[in-house]
Amino acid sequence: MSGIDLGRFHQTFFDESAEGLDAMESALLRLTPDGADLETINGIFRAAHSIKGGAATFGFSAVAGFTHLLETLLDQLRSGKRATTPEAIDVLLRSVDVLRGLLDDARAGRADDAGAAESLSVELRRLLDGPAAVAAAPTSAPLPGPAPARIGWKIHFAPHASLFASGNDPLRILRELQRLGEYRVTCAIERLPALEDCVPETCYLAWDITLRGDCPRDAVAEVFAWVEDECALGIEPLDSAPAASPTPALAPARAAVAAARSEPARSDGASIRVATEKIDSLVNLVGELVITQAMLQQLANGLDPVQHEKLFTGLSQLERNTRSIQEAVMATRMLPVDFVFSRFPRMVRDLAGKLGKQVRMLTSGEQTEIDKGVIERIADPLTHLVRNAIDHGIELPDERLAAGKDAIGTLRLSASHQGGHIVVEVADDGRGLDRARILAKASERGLAASEAMSDAEVWQLIFAPGFSTAESVTDVSGRGVGMDVVKKNIEALNGVVEISSERGRGMRVTIRLPLTLAILDGMSVAVGEEVFILPLGAVVESLQPRPEQVKRMAQQGTVVRVRNEYLPLVDLREWFGLPGTRTAAHEAIVVIVEAESRKLALQIDDLVGQQQVVIKSLEANYRRVRGVSGATILGDGRVALIVDVSAVVRLFSQPLAA
Amino acid sequence: MSSTTSTSPPTGHANRVGMPNEFLTFTLGDEEYGVDILKVQEIRGYDTVTKIPDAPEFIKGVINLRGTIVPVIDMRLKFRLGRAEYDAFTVMIILNVAGRVVGMVVDGVSDVMQLTPEQIRPAPEFGSAMNARYITGLGALDDRMLILVDIEKLMMAPDMALVDGGSQALQ
Repeated sequence: MSGIDLGRFHQTFFDESAEGLDAMESALLRLTPDGADLETINGIFRAAHSIKGGAATFGFSAVAGFTHLLETLLDQLRSGKRATTPEAIDVLLRSVDVLRGLLDDARAGRADDAGAAESLSVELRRLLDGPAAVAAAPTSAPLPGPAPARIGWKIHFAPHASLFASGNDPLRILRELQRLGEYRVTCAIERLPALEDCVPETCYLAWDITLRGDCPRDAVAEVFAWVEDECALGIEPLDSAPAASPTPALAPARAAVAAARSEPARSDGASIRVATEKIDSLVNLVGELVITQAMLQQLANGLDPVQHEKLFTGLSQLERNTRSIQEAVMATRMLPVDFVFSRFPRMVRDLAGKLGKQVRMLTSGEQTEIDKGVIERIADPLTHLVRNAIDHGIELPDERLAAGKDAIGTLRLSASHQGGHIVVEVADDGRGLDRARILAKASERGLAASEAMSDAEVWQLIFAPGFSTAESVTDVSGRGVGMDVVKKNIEALNGVVEISSERGRGMRVTIRLPLTLAILDGMSVAVGEEVFILPLGAVVESLQPRPEQVKRMAQQGTVVRVRNEYLPLVDLREWFGLPGTRTAAHEAIVVIVEAESRKLALQIDDLVGQQQVVIKSLEANYRRVRGVSGATILGDGRVALIVDVSAVVRLFSQPLAA
Repeated sequence: MSSTTSTSPPTGHANRVGMPNEFLTFTLGDEEYGVDILKVQEIRGYDTVTKIPDAPEFIKGVINLRGTIVPVIDMRLKFRLGRAEYDAFTVMIILNVAGRVVGMVVDGVSDVMQLTPEQIRPAPEFGSAMNARYITGLGALDDRMLILVDIEKLMMAPDMALVDGGSQALQ
């Protein structure tokens, strides 16, 4: 045994503990003094308990010791010996932070930062030693009290040694019993011989089961129907006398059952931990597969479909399978957006408390799934937006009342799928953006701003680097770093940020993101010998303009008139410096693209087709190229560049807007 | 991807013992060069490249090397040596430098040579098309003379425009 290196289990312990802490935190936030339900407390208790167990096993004594104190307090809450006071919740929340710190220290192999843990331990002890009887009778009453299962059965189940030979599995029976009610199983191991004498096909174990639940005796007997002849079975009604003492001990079992019912998705246990690199390499391999498939398809296109009918059938099957694999693999990278959202309740609570504001946070669409890579990279921008909304958006309670609004501000976080996009919104019902002040501030900072600008244009100003309209710099926000970073981060993900705001009514920031970072629906276009990919999402339409639709404008290059709109015309050949002579626009094809609510016409030679492309990084071995967001590999093995439509639009529509 | 990244041994005249001793030799014009064999991933023929906008003339574009996008530099254009023609005999050395994969087109690849420290002489300050900064020494082998290049330093140099922060000033 001593040869086992516990170290390799550490990572799992830390991962699981971190998850446990997250679960504790979110459960604690659900707790309110009057709505303390046993199940939530039990959930918290379980999480604390497993952290304690793990910590003790791996010798993180500081963690174990601290968790033990925490557990004691939780136990009192759970058994109803203590009421769930706001104070207790607060201490528990802070304990979660301290534990996180301790675990981080342990992970990094640092000496424990005993200070914070010590002071909180003192507080915990004080709370524990304090008036324990705070548990007012009414609070404790609904907790363990009138469980519906006063009665139950005491079952003795001692299978014959030959039970396995008949193909019966005692475990299945025990599981079956579980459905009848909460139960507690004791295993009798008296018959178990020494290990070297064990015969694997022999059943040595017997079980004593206390089943609480009002089910008829027949129901219990039925469970054992298959093994009746092969065991010693005793089913006796349970007398209610000892109920008082086992109740607390039983509680976790019952809660576990209840939890299993209410959250089948989570407690299923049918999941495994996989390192992200493994998934990433899977995604890459699938990408290769997609390319190979496209290559075969292309080769086959030159063949006679009649002669090679079987080949074509096989190819179309391959295409379907490839697509299914691709979707399945992509799905493994998807995580519910809840992973980000769940960190906000705590932050909102703390922030609002600090600023003396009252904020109610509502979330919706937490189950919307997004690529893991996207999730990780929207966490910071979202945090920033939430912080902004609370600090700048939502007013102080007095101010809100004076404005005829509810004293409690509402912050809404929502996520949803819209077409091929994920839309995440942060909305508040605060004071909204102040148009006049933004304009004033903008001209003060020398930005191009005028009264004639539309609201949408004015709101875009707050994305300028260093822009802030906050009157005072708080330690929360207002230093003017932020919105530009938010925008940059989102755009790096091929996403778009939009703002809508109404004075006095609130503000809403909408973030639109692609579903995944790895694959893009693209339109391939040809310019001379080269093929370029335009993100399909950005393509509005394509057309062959009539000569009178194309106009040269002094200083501003060429424009195309499409349905009374004049759009700047960019020749991709020229923009990418490709050889070949420029053809007149009316002889070429023009693709209208849109990004950041601005449109642009791109002149190309030919439309090639639509296809899904696997995005490859150009920067891995090269550098960033202006106007190119990445590259992909075509069916014939050639590389095609993906046009960064936003960048091109930004560059060319600037002169028109100014 | 086979990564043959090796930490580049300290170069320079003072510490010649630590220098690589196996070199892949290639020709550019009339000069014969040698690079640390451990930096070489493979040698292959010249493929169709996809042009990259905004790139200097010597960066021919990018190729698909088994799923990875790899930039290709034509050393003949970069150092104005030899004639930049592309035919069935044009070869490209795929290098693995500083964690990146880069292809370089040369006039021809000769062989792999072993050099003892005694055969390596300090580099002169002038006399080759390549900047002396990137030359770690001269290798003498019978009547041949090899110019030994610190290929990693050369490829990552700003004027190669291969990495961000390099020359992007074309417009």
